[in-house]
Amino acid sequence: MSFLNHLINGFSLGSVYAIIALGYTMVYGIAKMLNFAHGDVIMVGAFAVFISMTSMGASALLSLIIAMAVCTALGVLIEKVAYRPLRNASSSLAVLITAIGVSYLLQNLALLIFGADSKSFTSIVDLKAVKLFDGQVSISGTAIVTITACIVIMIGLTLFVNKTKAGQAMKAVSEDKGAAQLMGINVNATISLTFAIGSALAAVAGALMCSAYPNLTPYSGTMPGIKAFVAAVFGGIGSIPGAMIGGLLIGIIENIGKAYISSQMADAIVFAILVVVLLIKPTGILGKNIQEKV
Amino acid sequence: MKKLSKSTKNSLINYGMVIALYAIVMIIQLCGGLSNSMKGFLVPVCIYVIMAVSLNLVVGILGELSLGHAGFMCIGAYTGAIFSKLTEDTITVAPIRFTIAIIIGAAFAALFGALIGIPVLRLKGDYLAIVTLAFGEIIKNLVNVINFGVDSNGLHFSLKSAMDMGLAEDGKIIIKGAQGISGTPQDSNFTVGIVLVLITLFIVQNLVNSRDGRAIMAIRDNRIAAESVGINITKYKLMVFTISAALAGAAGVLYSHNFSTLTSAGDKFNYNASIMILVYVVLGGIGNIRGSVIAAVILYILPEKLRFLSDYRMLVYAIVLIVVMLFNWSPKAKEFKETVSYKIKAMFAKKEETQA
Amino acid sequence: MNKFAKKLMALGLSAMMTVPFLTACGGGSESGSASNGGDSASASGTVFKIGGIGPVTGGAAVYGLAVKNAAEMAVKEINAAGGINGVQVEFKFEDDVHDAEKSVNAYNTLKDWGMQMLMGTVTSTPCQAVVEETHKDNMFQLTPSGSAVESIKYDNAFRVCFSDPNQGLGSAKYIGENGLASKVAVIYNSSDVYSSGIYEKFSAEAANQPFEIVAAEAFTDDSKTDFTVQLQKAKDAGAELVFLPIYYQEASLILQQAATMEFAPKFFGCDGLDGILNVENFDLNLTKDVMLLTPFAADAQDEKTQKFVSDYKAAYGDVPNQFAADAYDAIYIIKAAAEKAGITPDMSTSDMADAMKKAMTEITYDGLTGAGMVWSADGEPTKAPKAVVIAVEEVTNDDGTKTLTGSYKAM
Repeated sequence: MSFLNHLINGFSLGSVYAIIALGYTMVYGIAKMLNFAHGDVIMVGAFAVFISMTSMGASALLSLIIAMAVCTALGVLIEKVAYRPLRNASSSLAVLITAIGVSYLLQNLALLIFGADSKSFTSIVDLKAVKLFDGQVSISGTAIVTITACIVIMIGLTLFVNKTKAGQAMKAVSEDKGAAQLMGINVNATISLTFAIGSALAAVAGALMCSAYPNLTPYSGTMPGIKAFVAAVFGGIGSIPGAMIGGLLIGIIENIGKAYISSQMADAIVFAILVVVLLIKPTGILGKNIQEKV
Repeated sequence: MKKLSKSTKNSLINYGMVIALYAIVMIIQLCGGLSNSMKGFLVPVCIYVIMAVSLNLVVGILGELSLGHAGFMCIGAYTGAIFSKLTEDTITVAPIRFTIAIIIGAAFAALFGALIGIPVLRLKGDYLAIVTLAFGEIIKNLVNVINFGVDSNGLHFSLKSAMDMGLAEDGKIIIKGAQGISGTPQDSNFTVGIVLVLITLFIVQNLVNSRDGRAIMAIRDNRIAAESVGINITKYKLMVFTISAALAGAAGVLYSHNFSTLTSAGDKFNYNASIMILVYVVLGGIGNIRGSVIAAVILYILPEKLRFLSDYRMLVYAIVLIVVMLFNWSPKAKEFKETVSYKIKAMFAKKEETQA
Repeated sequence: MNKFAKKLMALGLSAMMTVPFLTACGGGSESGSASNGGDSASASGTVFKIGGIGPVTGGAAVYGLAVKNAAEMAVKEINAAGGINGVQVEFKFEDDVHDAEKSVNAYNTLKDWGMQMLMGTVTSTPCQAVVEETHKDNMFQLTPSGSAVESIKYDNAFRVCFSDPNQGLGSAKYIGENGLASKVAVIYNSSDVYSSGIYEKFSAEAANQPFEIVAAEAFTDDSKTDFTVQLQKAKDAGAELVFLPIYYQEASLILQQAATMEFAPKFFGCDGLDGILNVENFDLNLTKDVMLLTPFAADAQDEKTQKFVSDYKAAYGDVPNQFAADAYDAIYIIKAAAEKAGITPDMSTSDMADAMKKAMTEITYDGLTGAGMVWSADGEPTKAPKAVVIAVEEVTNDDGTKTLTGSYKAM
């Protein structure tokens, strides 16, 4: 029974990674950049929810909408000011470093505004835990909502990318910016839209992450951001279902590793399995193998 | 000077720059004019210059993104410090002990570099980046839980706690889990640091300007074409990773012997530290060795010199980082700079004309 | 890099390198003579210059900020009341981002400023690096909260808080002697010096006590959000008490997750748990009956604590945690020792340190974090830890709404 419990706990943790990874993979797959500031956008989203719920007394849903609006605006702004000028720079590393700068900027702004004290987040989910086997195994309400949200977002994104015109434009931009432009696609607008969606998802992820683990500081987004990045790569960069599978697997491996191997070395175990998987399948679980041409 | 090739000249300028810097600092120090904070920067600056130059070898010359460079530094730091602690009583001549410690630290780091180089052969781009990040985190995590001690019965290890090692009465704890190593002899100094910087420059520049170096850059520019002309990609990639790791290991030894305490806690050896070094490399210019040296010096000292801003220090640093990146790398800014420098030149040219 | 940028870089470099050198040369005569006659202070005025070091940015910023604020408050009070030996005090705090290397840099910066005594560093690992430097310079150092044994390994360094082994020992003894539980689980941060230091001594002492450690589960700084596995293992092992030698941020998560799992053992913590009542928006019901061994409780009823808490709240808007109390005490301890030693600002830092070292072992200090504190020459304080239990009550506000308040009750 305890194995089942560990598995379910891992699943809950994984669902949080998965929902962050979905936003990550969106930006990553289409803008082709490692957005190191994504974790910090999550933190901003969580703070927006926190402020509107505790200080302004807004309802959970309204707070979430406010946070999505804030993050969308922030994401688009960051892209426009910090990333767009470097899109055609001679090295793709340039924009990576700027992203790190943006990450520092957001962290330190939040530190100055909100202080270093941790805030206890009020869960936006008001759902009782589900009990199985006479209460021996329980799944928290937040986990159920997070997993549901994950699946909905995954399906929504897949449909959006495959069925809508804007989504097709994103795919085209991701494959080849130059060719997309020649086909009359507005590359700037498409990438802005990608950031808008990715950042709105970050707000949702931030709210759900802090509902599950209600401790909020200016640095709350960093580690989940990195783990989500790992999850996105694990699942295959740019693959939407891959991000979800990657996130869930990382969460489950982390918790099972903690439970049965060593709680001190949980991170080492996660990363070691990641390395092994990538050695067997160099483009992640669902990643496409692109043939390189001269 | 005419006979020297451009690359040799460049290398000589780099050595000259480092030696001149050393001379200036030494002179100021002799006349007692060096502030305490500047004295404190001297060794760390050398450490980060070595780190930046060695990472540039992977990022700039080989063209692969590595996010785990600080992990090699960690290995060098720990193995070097362990050696010094073990032999503190037997080898009493500090410079000899320290030299051996540096060699050992570099050798262990090189070993791990080669180990990590093997997956490198299969992976590309961001997948490679994440494997290096993963290795860095694994190293950090493992170092954090190791307990290591020595007594008359030999060496003892434990992953649980220092007590579980069952040391005898005469035992000495060397690594105490998260509390790390303390009491490492402080053998590092500026002169050793500069010598290591010069050795690093020597190794990297000679490699870059050699036949091997040209092969490596061919791999960077076009892997398939390089392969088709018979360049052994496996060999060269492994070579670069090993050399770069060894240099980072030496920097690590310098680090662990500069402060008496060494732990892997915080941001010292994790991906954040690796990224900081990557920032030095990118700002200095990818593939530009001199740029790495200069950027490491400036960017290490900058946050320290921003201390007067107190709470706004890191905020200002972040803004400076973004602005400098935009200014240095954006194609538009480049265009603008070219126009400006052209105009300035034109202005001077005009003046000369009128004067004439 | 193109030529223009290169030139810009070179220009920046030369500016960066020369500016500090120039200022250094200006002050050269000053610092040069300090080693001979020690008139650096008289050159810089007739004030005591006390420096502070700790993290005010980065993940550990909450501790550094608390120390910085409380120390500045204490210095203000002392100056308003006429200073130390009639001499005003200047205080300067530098950031170290909880990093040994940056901490030494901060120390050097403070030395350039003319620091005569050091109140710091806040966290243990940086403290171990800085103590080497203060030892070399023979500068008096009093750390408010550096609790690792090695943090004060030289005779010039003292501390206000308990050492980590001391807390582990005290906790194990308290649990054993009061028969709180027979099966104990521990959840600790294996990547943290403080937490692993307490745990180590706790588990060693547990062998002598009538309880058994049934689960010892660790977490690390990189995965400190999900504690369900650790709690599940403690639950499965039948733990009646969970010992939490960790800081309150993680503890607040553990309490929440335990409640979700319907696991309700007794919780017992050390001084790091203090502050849990002030986590903004935290459900205080969860903290009910949590026990902790702490020298400081923000809602103690004595006049001193109450004044400190209300002043701190007025100045910074937060309830002070134990780090703030330690720092506030530290400044007043420096004052007490300085008055005992009769030091004057024109003494060299080394003479000052010698006088302070002697005075520290002679004073008895009643502070926020303990009454009748005395120090031995090795720098360790002797004071009695208070075991407290958190009580939560519902109070009705003036406007009729009900809120929960938590408070510590002596056990």
